[in-house]
Amino acid sequence: MNLSIKHLYGLEGVPKEDLTQIFDTAFSFREVLERPIKRVPTLQGKTIVNLFFENSTRTRISFELAEKRLSADTVNFSASGSSLSKGESLKDTIQNLYAMKMDAIVMRHPVPGSAKLLSQFVNAVIINAGDGTHEHPTQALLDIMSLKEKFGKIEGLNVAIVGDIRHSRVALSNIFGLKALGANVALCGPPTFIPYGVESLGVKIMYNLDEALQFADAVNLLRIQRERQGKGLIPSLREYRNLYGMTRERLENLKKPLTILHPGPINRGVEIDSDVADGDYSIILHQVLNGVAVRMAVLFLLVGGK
Amino acid sequence: MQIDKMNGKVLLANGKIVDPVGEKIFDADILIENGMIVRLEKGITPKNDMEIVNLNGQMVSPGFVDLHVHFREPGFEDKETIASGCRAALAGGFTKVCCMPNTDPPIDTQESVRFIYRKAEGQIVDVYPIAAITKNRKGEELTEMVELSSAGAVGFSDDGDPLVNAQIMRYALEYSKIVDKPIINHAEDPALKADGYMNEGIVSTQLGIPGNPSIAEEIMIYRDLTLARFTNSRLHIPHVSTKVAVALIRQAKADGVRVTAEATPHHFSLTDEYMRSFDANGKVSPPLRSEADRLALIEGIKDGTIDAIATDHAPHQYDTKETSLDLASYGMIGLESAFGLSMTNLVHAGHISFMDLIKLLTIKPARAMNLPLPGIKVGEEANLTIVDPDEWWVFSRKDIYSRSQNTPFIGRELTGRVKSVFAKSCYVRLQD
Repeated sequence: MNLSIKHLYGLEGVPKEDLTQIFDTAFSFREVLERPIKRVPTLQGKTIVNLFFENSTRTRISFELAEKRLSADTVNFSASGSSLSKGESLKDTIQNLYAMKMDAIVMRHPVPGSAKLLSQFVNAVIINAGDGTHEHPTQALLDIMSLKEKFGKIEGLNVAIVGDIRHSRVALSNIFGLKALGANVALCGPPTFIPYGVESLGVKIMYNLDEALQFADAVNLLRIQRERQGKGLIPSLREYRNLYGMTRERLENLKKPLTILHPGPINRGVEIDSDVADGDYSIILHQVLNGVAVRMAVLFLLVGGK
Repeated sequence: MQIDKMNGKVLLANGKIVDPVGEKIFDADILIENGMIVRLEKGITPKNDMEIVNLNGQMVSPGFVDLHVHFREPGFEDKETIASGCRAALAGGFTKVCCMPNTDPPIDTQESVRFIYRKAEGQIVDVYPIAAITKNRKGEELTEMVELSSAGAVGFSDDGDPLVNAQIMRYALEYSKIVDKPIINHAEDPALKADGYMNEGIVSTQLGIPGNPSIAEEIMIYRDLTLARFTNSRLHIPHVSTKVAVALIRQAKADGVRVTAEATPHHFSLTDEYMRSFDANGKVSPPLRSEADRLALIEGIKDGTIDAIATDHAPHQYDTKETSLDLASYGMIGLESAFGLSMTNLVHAGHISFMDLIKLLTIKPARAMNLPLPGIKVGEEANLTIVDPDEWWVFSRKDIYSRSQNTPFIGRELTGRVKSVFAKSCYVRLQD
């Protein structure tokens, strides 16, 4: 069975059936990852380029590993955004790579819409590995897969996303995916971190973390980028931690179980304290494993079978 | 586009004359001799010494006036030249345009004003330079406005860059009173605009694109209106795009502030929904706004708050648009599609009458910038734009005469088309 989508630009508009199929496939790849020989021949002969115009360690390695587990040939290209701003254009770079016969392009780029822009230039399957503040669909897929693993189903689940929603591609992709699957979503953070009119996506907004935790079965804590402090969006990381940091005390006061996710990398002592990140409620390392499985599923469903 | 020089007698037969001053439409033949209208009446008998053009009942308007174009010369001749810009203007029915000074070097000296006039010599379109407000468009020191004015500058603008310093804006408004020509400020507060490149709203939130909020425009327009009120100077507000901006200008006009304002076809034809395509052709400054803003702008056009339709024709080569949104240039071309978009989205959509539109394209912009506008009368220069208000057509690349093709309107179905132009003793046929 094929997906209705041909590329993965984002989770906006991706139908529930496609999401379900991606998760079903991902869970079967999870079993492959538990085997002694963690490799299947599914994408043998396919060539995938990983194009990273922004620094990334875990996403790039996760994709690369997923590709290798599926026996695809992979090429990596890394460049900072600035080297492209002058001289060779994105279009030239892509067309040069594509001329070497690529079947799929996995791209991370600092600017929203860049993944979609690629489809104007080349015929390859395009998978967005994060385009600026727009979307990061495979991160949301691995977050949701981890929730599915923990809770069995997503429908009716209460999920709070905490942090800098305004600048977060992870938040936006999670909102689209979770809403498509029937979850209730609350966003929590200081008002300067909440984007204009985001209620239009059918989410609740909460400025108080304890209120959000009362609501939530699971909470996804976004990484706070330290440079935000200098831009006047928040007065200090200290005050942020006091208001929105996930601490042991908050968990103890909650008097109910809570599942904690974090897309990484973690700022220990800012959005989450170490003893919580490493504690019983955290499923952060499950997320990492599921990341490989869900990327295998996406690659298999979009690139394989043709 | 076929241009025929017709120096002798020309009979434009069977036209419907649109007179935006007297606000009437009447049937008449026009006899032109040496570029001047010598007879205007029904049933002029064709003679052998006349070149005869049968207009078959098409509408004859005074030539259109565009207060806001970028012809890119000097400095960016790959995007547009004065010659190519004039062809684009003709294709849109415009016979008079005001060109903005954000060239390289900018138009901030007498010599550079004269350069524009020299380059436009022999063109069918009259090109009127708008000179910079400040030297090198840096927003620091005023240009020699009186000298620039005597060289032929029709107004002053640092367009593309807002005048951020309110004190300089005040001085510019005050000093310009000597020549009584308008100051035109690109109103966008740069701190509020920040790194935003589409309208901040529900769509930008859903797309994760950094937003440029309407307040960036409104706050600066409010400041400029307040300064114009205080100094009693002439202010012209370009490319108004938000609901609150329209309300501010409406109130200022009611209070007697000497302000005029323009709206672009793209701001009343498109909204930020267009950005869902991530197409950089929709990246303009100020940005495409919300539907509520678009409707308020149309209200402003209806009630006279907006004086003129101006294109902000901003040519860019395709490679600067086929790139990620942050790097893509701001602006779109507009001359060739302006009349069709205005007819379709204002007149045929039921908002304003055909006569209202002709006024917004002729006498009202001409008054805003004190440009000469020949009427359709005996003894006046024949400067005419001939249109079919009901022709259905699809805007395509072959309708574009600009050196650049950056427009989101390719493939758009339009009703109302410019058919031909008569100016400077030339008859310009736009289609076969």
